[in-house]
Amino acid sequence: MTETTPRRTSLYDEHVKLGARMVPFAGYDMPVQYPSGIIAEHNWTRSNAGLFDVSHMGQCVISGSDFQTVAKAMERLVPADVLGLAPRQQRYSQLLSDDGGTLDDLMITRHEQDGLLYVVVNAGRKEHDYDWIEARLPRGMTLRPLDGLALVALQGPKAEAVLAKHVPQITVLPFMHSGDALIGGIKAQVSRSGYTGEDGFEISVANADAPRLWTLLLSDPLVKPVGLGARDSLRLEAGLCLYGHELDETISPVEAELVWSIAKRRRTEGGFIGADRVQRELAGGVSRRRVGIRPEGRAPAREGAPITDSAGREIGKVTSGGFGPTAGGPIAMGYVEADAASPGTRINLIVRGQALPAEIVKLPFIPNRFKR
Amino acid sequence: MTVKFSKDHEWVKVDNGIATIGITNHAQEQLGDVVFVELPAVGKTVTQHGQAAVVESVKAASEVYAPVSGEVVEVNKDLEGDPALVNRAAEGEAWFMKVKLSNPGELDGLMDKAAYDKLIAG
Repeated sequence: MTETTPRRTSLYDEHVKLGARMVPFAGYDMPVQYPSGIIAEHNWTRSNAGLFDVSHMGQCVISGSDFQTVAKAMERLVPADVLGLAPRQQRYSQLLSDDGGTLDDLMITRHEQDGLLYVVVNAGRKEHDYDWIEARLPRGMTLRPLDGLALVALQGPKAEAVLAKHVPQITVLPFMHSGDALIGGIKAQVSRSGYTGEDGFEISVANADAPRLWTLLLSDPLVKPVGLGARDSLRLEAGLCLYGHELDETISPVEAELVWSIAKRRRTEGGFIGADRVQRELAGGVSRRRVGIRPEGRAPAREGAPITDSAGREIGKVTSGGFGPTAGGPIAMGYVEADAASPGTRINLIVRGQALPAEIVKLPFIPNRFKR
Repeated sequence: MTVKFSKDHEWVKVDNGIATIGITNHAQEQLGDVVFVELPAVGKTVTQHGQAAVVESVKAASEVYAPVSGEVVEVNKDLEGDPALVNRAAEGEAWFMKVKLSNPGELDGLMDKAAYDKLIAG
């Protein structure tokens, strides 16, 4: 994918106008930051409202004769409780391989229209996921990529106030639910969700309407554009997984501490691809776990840095590491052997040949402020 | 006292055989918010184009190369507590280290400001 010309979202011209630094990401030319910089954008999102272009994500619709049929088919592919979704309700889940590794993580929404699931997958995995899902759908069901749609995220403690100026009833939309809205005359599907640890919304609109929506939201003094750089530092502080880092085809959702996303019924009944490993690990434990890590000094440890115990034995690796502006210092996530995964465990991070003292800490690094 | 520049985006200013070294404003702009600077130990010998320091932005770690060879005689302690000084004053207060030149002839191989500006204008 790196050899071909990067694709552009329908907001590309807006990013360029705003002076964004564009970088290739998952096959797209995306804004990594605007002139104010990653830390300012991060802090703005934590105190006001940040506007993100996430149109590179894969939006699709899976459809069948009725909800029961579609939900049952989806429950073969993911360990989440899909059958239990109320209309317009949304859940986080994972696509698992036959041996229980993670092929991608995704959001599933029960559309108000019967027999439709609206699904959002990671940009770099969409072709893979669409093929994987389509090949496993029963006859009569289809997956349709929604290439005509853009997706923007409005995130932060002021996101509700900003959106309520256009859609007053948005204040009653619960967390992990979606609804139709008219924003400045633009038809949109809005879900209350995000990837920052803050309250906020993901707004899906036609590509042709996206620049107008973007400009309209940015005209609010509480809103500033935020690039992928701050998106990464925000999700890291919020302890959220990034596919290709905390999740890959060798890692199970149990190792990744995502058991909360697997309903009790599904843990007991199984019946999803990869269930053997998940059930075995739920009963017998895992050998490694995802953890939060706080280096003691000021030096960040980056992805790939080996983690050692006090005796110098390697017990894991950092999967994401950087600087947390709100946390006020370096933070990281990684995998360590299960018996070293308790908060308070002292570890070392090997950075440029030196052992930097660090501690296993509880995730998230900063409390989530989702509106429950 | 003239300032010279390396193709790796360091600047060097020489006074009485002591070279003050930092990264250029262009480098600082490319890096974005600097959150950590790792400086060499005083007394260490650095070689021209060899790794001398590390500068970390929110996103990534980048190596800083010595534009000249010599012994490190002083490092800028201010950068430990305030790494963002690099963003505010890359070519001034946010110098990285002072090096006692072991081969002043190396300076002839570096660029003057006009040549460097042409390089970054690309």
